[in-house]
Amino acid sequence: MSTAAAVSIKAASERMKRVFEERVESAKIMNLFITAGFPRKEDTVELILGYEKNGADIIELGMPFSDPLADGPTIQYSSEKSIEAGFVMDDIFDIVAQVRKRSQIPIVLMGYINPVIHYGLEKFFAKGQEAGIDGLILPDVPVEESGLIQQASQSHNIPLIYLVAPNSTDERMKLVDQRSGGFVYCVSVTGVTGARKGDEVDESVKRFIERINKNITNNPVLIGFGIASHTDAMRISEKADGFVVGSALINNIRSLDGDAEWKEKHFRFVRELKFGSA
Amino acid sequence: MSTLEKSPETDNLTYNFPNSSGYFGKFGGKFVPEILIPALDELEREYKVAKDDEQFKKERLHHLREYVGRPTPLTLTERLTEHYGTGKIYFKREDLCHTGAHKINNTIGQVLLAMRMGKKRIIAETGAGQHGVATATVCAKFGLECIVYMGEEDMRRQKLNVDRMRLLGADVRSVTSGSRTLKDATNEAIRDWVTNVDDTFYIIGSVVGPHPYPMMVRDFHDVIGLETEAQCLEIEGRDPDYILACVGGGSNAIGIFHRFIDKKHVKLIGLEAAGEGAETNKTAATFSKGQPGVLHGSLSYLLQTHQGQIALAHSISAGLDYPGVGPEHSHLFDTKRVDYRPVTDTEAMDAVKRCSMLEGIIPAIETAHAIAWLETLMPTLTKDDIVVINCSGRGDKDMGTISEYFYGTNGQS
Repeated sequence: MSTAAAVSIKAASERMKRVFEERVESAKIMNLFITAGFPRKEDTVELILGYEKNGADIIELGMPFSDPLADGPTIQYSSEKSIEAGFVMDDIFDIVAQVRKRSQIPIVLMGYINPVIHYGLEKFFAKGQEAGIDGLILPDVPVEESGLIQQASQSHNIPLIYLVAPNSTDERMKLVDQRSGGFVYCVSVTGVTGARKGDEVDESVKRFIERINKNITNNPVLIGFGIASHTDAMRISEKADGFVVGSALINNIRSLDGDAEWKEKHFRFVRELKFGSA
Repeated sequence: MSTLEKSPETDNLTYNFPNSSGYFGKFGGKFVPEILIPALDELEREYKVAKDDEQFKKERLHHLREYVGRPTPLTLTERLTEHYGTGKIYFKREDLCHTGAHKINNTIGQVLLAMRMGKKRIIAETGAGQHGVATATVCAKFGLECIVYMGEEDMRRQKLNVDRMRLLGADVRSVTSGSRTLKDATNEAIRDWVTNVDDTFYIIGSVVGPHPYPMMVRDFHDVIGLETEAQCLEIEGRDPDYILACVGGGSNAIGIFHRFIDKKHVKLIGLEAAGEGAETNKTAATFSKGQPGVLHGSLSYLLQTHQGQIALAHSISAGLDYPGVGPEHSHLFDTKRVDYRPVTDTEAMDAVKRCSMLEGIIPAIETAHAIAWLETLMPTLTKDDIVVINCSGRGDKDMGTISEYFYGTNGQS
């Protein structure tokens, strides 16, 4: 598990490259997180396609895990619901394969290492490649422990996307940049995932982003954790390539529980995240 | 030199796990969010310095002697020995430590380290409440803020310990996520740490979690094995033939085993909680039923579903009710240095009664899992064999469960 081994810069997929190459300076890349199987298994494909139509540039598809210790209560809730309803790992590859029939939006998988090990590393990456996955985020696998998955990741062209946090050193940021492919995920605050009030995402974020821009030079930078509105997103990602929203989407779906038109209303919320309210 | 003053680093063990990356063979590591990497690096650095610092060692030993009450005796259990009529059975009396279990050896060590690092806010997870009480105790003693995460279900089962912690000034926070037991309390403690990483020290209660915790917690419990070795030599003139200890996360077991790992003539047996049976789904027998996986920061054997979700553990003993086990135990299991065997709820409860009636010692239900193994082991021994059981805790905290089990009433209600 040595960190010393020299590793070439991971190539992003063509789909992922296109997203960042075609970005105009004023627009921010919006990466939306959704837990596979939430609120119901049959909703996930439709939600992904709807997100794309309403402004999402990248989809982060969550692989539910019983003990998501880097996530807050919102994502733990959606994961539990999905697992209770019978989620299995093969559903992930089915969802991506179905989306791929109709869309070329980049999809990165986000989840925890245990179910991946259990599924079988080689099988997991082979299936992911076949289905058309553009990257993998494992918040409980820091660079130190990547030895486990590096080879499979390389041989199946599914780059790993690592996180950096406000307390990461400059050296650490450079290392993460070197090992990541597609983008680097910046955690805006120390803490777990979850929507926060606007003023909690304070000025120190700006200084953090300045450090990021100095140290992360090979990959685009997306910033996340705590973004719940268009205003949050614009302020936090001012100096970054884009932003990630997750818990706020799940909260929005939960708030629309029982509403016959929940999908349309939810997609309107998505549109407003990207473009602001009309 | 008294047994207390003998420290592990002066001994020449050829067994020297973990390696510098925190691996015990294939097991261990630091599978944690990026935010915790700087904190773990800092902890590792500080611990390395403190470990060899004379002042730190002196202070730790002082508190172990004057506050915890070490060294604990190695007691010959005369009637239990007579009952089986084969080998001689000794108890290493960790039940006589202040707060009633071995757990405080570790919390003394970690809290001194926390103060050395300038951390004023202490967090901990607890299952049965013993580690929570041991943490709340040292925080009261040294005047530190203490927050203990405990599953809602465990708070109900261990009300007495909840009140003990409160009385000691700790803020006991109920965890309502997941199965509402120890694993969920651990998730919550890690989340707190991720959020308050700058000023907070996380006192982990067993030899689990990311490196350097499994190593550090082991080192703080190493005193159990060192004392046992010296005491057995003094009383019997030689090493024991067998050492038995119960294993949940595995801190008391590693504490008494570690010193003897290189001594191949000493047979080490770890007893895990089989619950209603190691072949059933209501079990906490990690080695009998689990597979390697990652939980709470390290790679180790783990009870899991066919989809790699963490399975719910079951044991009548709240302290063993955990789906994982410390990574060093996984290594000792794979290399066959320690023999791990399952013991059921029923066998453990029978041992609680037997030990109480024959020795006047009411053991913790956790500890009773080790005592229960005498039923299997003793008939195979000869009169000269020496058996040491780590009597890791006393059973006062379990009186609710014990009353309900034997007398049909819950002593707490």
